[in-house]
Amino acid sequence: MLWEVDVSLRDAAADPLAREFVAGAATVDRVDLSTARTAVGWLLEGPLSRTEVERIAAAVLVDPVTESCQIDEPIAAGLTAARDGLPTVVHVLPKPGVTDPAGLTAAEALAVLGHPGIAVRSLRKYWLPPMEAADARELARRLVANEAIHEVVIGPLSLRTLAGGGRWEFSRPKVSLEGLDDAALGRLSRERCLALSAAELAAVRDHFRTLGRDPAEIELETIAQTWSEHCCHKTLTSPVEHEGPAGRVAYDNLLKETVFAATQTIRRSLGAGDWCVSVFRDNSGVVRFDGDHDICVKVETHNHPSAIEPYGGAATGLGGVIRDVLGTGLAARPIANLDVFCVAPLDTPTAEIPPGVIPPRRLLAGVVAGVRDYGNRMGIPTIAGAVAFDPGYLGNPLVFCGTVGIMPRGHAEAAPAVGDLVVVAGGRTGRDGIHGATFSSIELSSDSETESGGAVQIGHAIHEKTLTEFVLEAARQDLFHAITDCGAGGLSSAVGEMAATLGAEVDLDRVPLKYAGLSATEVWISEAQERMVLAVPPEAWERIAAIAAAEGVEATAIGRFTGDGRLTLRWEGQRAGELDCHFLHEGRPRQTLSSTFAPAPETPARWQPAGLAATLTAVLALPDVASKEWIIRQYDHEVQGASVTKPLLGPGEGPADGTVIRGVLGRDRGVVLAVGLRHRLGPLDAYQMAAGGIVEAIANAVAAGADPERIALLDNFCWGDTRRPETLGPLVEACRGCHDAAIAFAAPFVSGKDSLNNVFAYTDGEGQSHEISIPPTLLATALGQVPAVGRSMSPDLKRAGSLLAVVGISRPDTAGSQLELTGRVSGGRLPAVDLDACRATIHAVARAAHSGTLLACHDLSDGGLAAGLAEMAIGGGLGARLELNAMPFDDAGLDLGAAIGPSARDLAIAFGESPGRFLCELPAGGEQAFAAAVGDVPWAIVGEVVAEPVVELFGTAGKSERIAVGELAAAWRSLARENT
Amino acid sequence: MLAPRALILRAPGTNCDQETAHAFERAGGIARRVHVRALAERPAIADDCQILCIPGGFSYGDDIASGRILALELATRLADALAAFRDRGGLILGICNGFQVLLQTGLLLAGPSGEREATLAHNTSGRFIDRWVPLEIQGGGPCLFLDGLHTLELPVAHAEGRFVTRSVDAMARLEAAGQLPLRYAAGANPNGSEADVAGACDPSGRVFGMMPHPERFIVATQHPAWHGRLDPTAAGVGLAIFVNAVRAVS
Repeated sequence: MLWEVDVSLRDAAADPLAREFVAGAATVDRVDLSTARTAVGWLLEGPLSRTEVERIAAAVLVDPVTESCQIDEPIAAGLTAARDGLPTVVHVLPKPGVTDPAGLTAAEALAVLGHPGIAVRSLRKYWLPPMEAADARELARRLVANEAIHEVVIGPLSLRTLAGGGRWEFSRPKVSLEGLDDAALGRLSRERCLALSAAELAAVRDHFRTLGRDPAEIELETIAQTWSEHCCHKTLTSPVEHEGPAGRVAYDNLLKETVFAATQTIRRSLGAGDWCVSVFRDNSGVVRFDGDHDICVKVETHNHPSAIEPYGGAATGLGGVIRDVLGTGLAARPIANLDVFCVAPLDTPTAEIPPGVIPPRRLLAGVVAGVRDYGNRMGIPTIAGAVAFDPGYLGNPLVFCGTVGIMPRGHAEAAPAVGDLVVVAGGRTGRDGIHGATFSSIELSSDSETESGGAVQIGHAIHEKTLTEFVLEAARQDLFHAITDCGAGGLSSAVGEMAATLGAEVDLDRVPLKYAGLSATEVWISEAQERMVLAVPPEAWERIAAIAAAEGVEATAIGRFTGDGRLTLRWEGQRAGELDCHFLHEGRPRQTLSSTFAPAPETPARWQPAGLAATLTAVLALPDVASKEWIIRQYDHEVQGASVTKPLLGPGEGPADGTVIRGVLGRDRGVVLAVGLRHRLGPLDAYQMAAGGIVEAIANAVAAGADPERIALLDNFCWGDTRRPETLGPLVEACRGCHDAAIAFAAPFVSGKDSLNNVFAYTDGEGQSHEISIPPTLLATALGQVPAVGRSMSPDLKRAGSLLAVVGISRPDTAGSQLELTGRVSGGRLPAVDLDACRATIHAVARAAHSGTLLACHDLSDGGLAAGLAEMAIGGGLGARLELNAMPFDDAGLDLGAAIGPSARDLAIAFGESPGRFLCELPAGGEQAFAAAVGDVPWAIVGEVVAEPVVELFGTAGKSERIAVGELAAAWRSLARENT
Repeated sequence: MLAPRALILRAPGTNCDQETAHAFERAGGIARRVHVRALAERPAIADDCQILCIPGGFSYGDDIASGRILALELATRLADALAAFRDRGGLILGICNGFQVLLQTGLLLAGPSGEREATLAHNTSGRFIDRWVPLEIQGGGPCLFLDGLHTLELPVAHAEGRFVTRSVDAMARLEAAGQLPLRYAAGANPNGSEADVAGACDPSGRVFGMMPHPERFIVATQHPAWHGRLDPTAAGVGLAIFVNAVRAVS
């Protein structure tokens, strides 16, 4: 029997679901839906009488104070009758097979009530004014449904059962590669969504020729997953012939000789003081923390899934990186998350949005909601992040999710032993995310939504939460030898990696399924979320199973590690596939890539005269600079109780540089998290983007109080089509920038990730083909440490009468600046990093911080000195006077152009974005102590803090401009207001 | 005498249990985290505890309504044990999700014939919000968790915290009995709660639920404006709520 229970609010005016719809319609379609009514519906299938359903509704589904409900069979006319004169009924429900967290939760509740085994599916229901069914469908599609995961039904639901498919009958389809030329191999790769090159398929063919047989489908799929860009970074580890400004350079392994090499050099020079523990090996990078803990960190991207389904893509991106940390060594406890989004400007006109692309405003709202709902439910504070805007991200938004974890010392090393059971724990396996790993390695097109619907996963955070509790308790009791997460490639890559040296046999029919009918191959490569694989010694199985049961987690032994170096896959005892582990992990042919890079010539600055105050409010309102409060406050950034420096702080709730949490409650040592992202420099000079981003991340961390001798770095490259030499060239330059900057700061890279092929292809209405490539983007993440959280610093101004000092030299660095976006300047000097000077500045500020002479400290980045000062004033609710003439300023290269001298000079000093500068607040009379601490780096007293909440900027010609802090705050918050 | 024991009840999706346990220990108690399944199998676990706390989180995912399923589980499997715990003088504290659970179990604000007098609905913004809010205490009522406090600042972090009563009469009854002692300061109501209500207690004052998170202000460094303004080693005012609970049963 199938029942439907529709739950509505008694007070329709207080209906957030309806308001979301109404607001969306007003902004997108200019349709008046202010009278819309909604319901949350539940489809319940099982042996239930109407009385039982009524009892269930009252106990579980309906709030007696605020809600009422209607119960019937879905086909009953009463459920789709007009409400309040609104005749058009729209149902939005998850497609069959798509994870439905609310439905799963409801089924659990029904079990508590004594009705186990009831199938439940949730839906949303909208009553709208009279309109054509096609219009209603279009409206739903644009506002509340996503065809990748939702079904939209207008009018009655003609549903009689929720039951899915039948049993899969074992078969072993073969895929012959014999007799195919390169073109045919390429076609086969595309048709099967393998993302393998012709050369790679040829290597597979040759391998199987030596075995005297064709590969089985499941074997070919395993190879495709393992050899995917996503899983093995084949581009970055390739030999590269590079031609750049310094001539020709040949790399045998680009990543190894740049990013990894920097880490090795630093570790060697640290000698016995090396504080790296496990780098570039495991699912995250591990470093020493305190006497009995190590900490680890990882940042991942989930760009392509988020482009198609922003909510699910971002949520599962976060879920995945949390599992990376959980699956590091013998498991780490996740203690902080970060998220960074790169999207097109929110006001991109509808006419400029290509077919198949989700408008940036809806996309950003979706990814924010995804991170919010997953991170908050996991109980991990989301403490750091950024949002960057550029038209190049229109078809290919970037979604970075990161997690920090902590583990007992000695838990960083893990390896399975022969005889260990292969145990899969957590969520069940369905068709979710089939081909996610290979999909993320293929470029997006306007057809991606329909082509790759299977690659979209929906997360169920609560399964991951219980899985986390289970894993951490099992780790505490020392019950497993190794653990890894099921991410891209699913079991095929998780088990494949763990068994890389030992080999394993797996009985795929034992894997618990969400619904019947999955083939062995589907089970093996499904990317269903919230699963971990553990290597459990047989004698620990009973205890680990008991912990799983106590936490409500499903754990199943599906095989064992054998020691024969083979990966043997079985289905009900029959051999489904067998692969040689050595071939699987070492057999991929390497291909030499070529790259070229020629730096764009600097364009001389062209100035438009403008006042300082007006320019400052314009800069503060720019999307990159403006307050992200509307996002930050949707994230629980304080859960776990360890918060020390929050993303918004001070009495005026200004922005932070880096954020700080305690590593362990009740202890003083803190973890600092900061990011650097100079995406506007990517198209100009990728080396400088990378080096500048690293300087920014480190400066942010040090401004928050981090010890500059203990900063670990992560690199996340997001690039276009690197098969093109001119796109690969900047990537090589960025790798060089990473190497040089890491060495300069003795800050080792400990982990990283790349996402390539971020290109969006489409055909417009006139049949013209277009391609949008993202700007080369490198996200740098700094994981720092403060010895005592009581000594951490914040940027908000603390007291009237104190002094303002700038450390570091300013130059007219306007190329790629925020000032350029206001139209006051175009072009100009590139903000090139002087690594030695930046290191000296950063260490000087750290010494000043250590000597206790700083009241506040702020890294100057987007929007330069003036924006930095404004942010400090907003946070502290105090005013300031600042003299631009007092700034340490090197005007070489300042091209004043015609007749606007003073204004251009003022703008260059106030808004130039020279890297590696800090604005510090010192107590009155604190100059001498400060001077002694900073030593011989360039610095100067440039102003003072005043009680009256007004910022007064004195230009170089002696004239001053005043602006109220309230006005600055209003400009800085304008974008946030628009989004709340 | 032995330090009082606090049982921190956790369920799938509970996520403030560790820091809440830490807060009770800071306040001089001994805290023990217990899974609801374990308690349901052996209710005697609670026998040597004087305080029961249901901490914040998203019990069972909160996909249907916050706290609904954990409340159902408690009502179905532990109703007698909880009533006995309260009747023998035990204190019960629900924070955020725990407050939502207490209301739905009927341990808090159940009317004369057992019907629920109030609920916690979606915030008027329709969104989750994490922000610090000033709070005021309406003294004179029975709530012993708030003894000696007049004003305080604490963070809220929830999507469903809008306090709504069944009727004007219910509101008047609860106000008159001093059962709504914790209020958002005027103009600082983050979620649209009726009469700015942030917390409610039972007539005995021994069962108390609150939306703000006291465990997130037990030390000064948890405050968003502590840098340069507060002694980083000083206690946060939220600790007083745990100290009050520990003292009341000492």
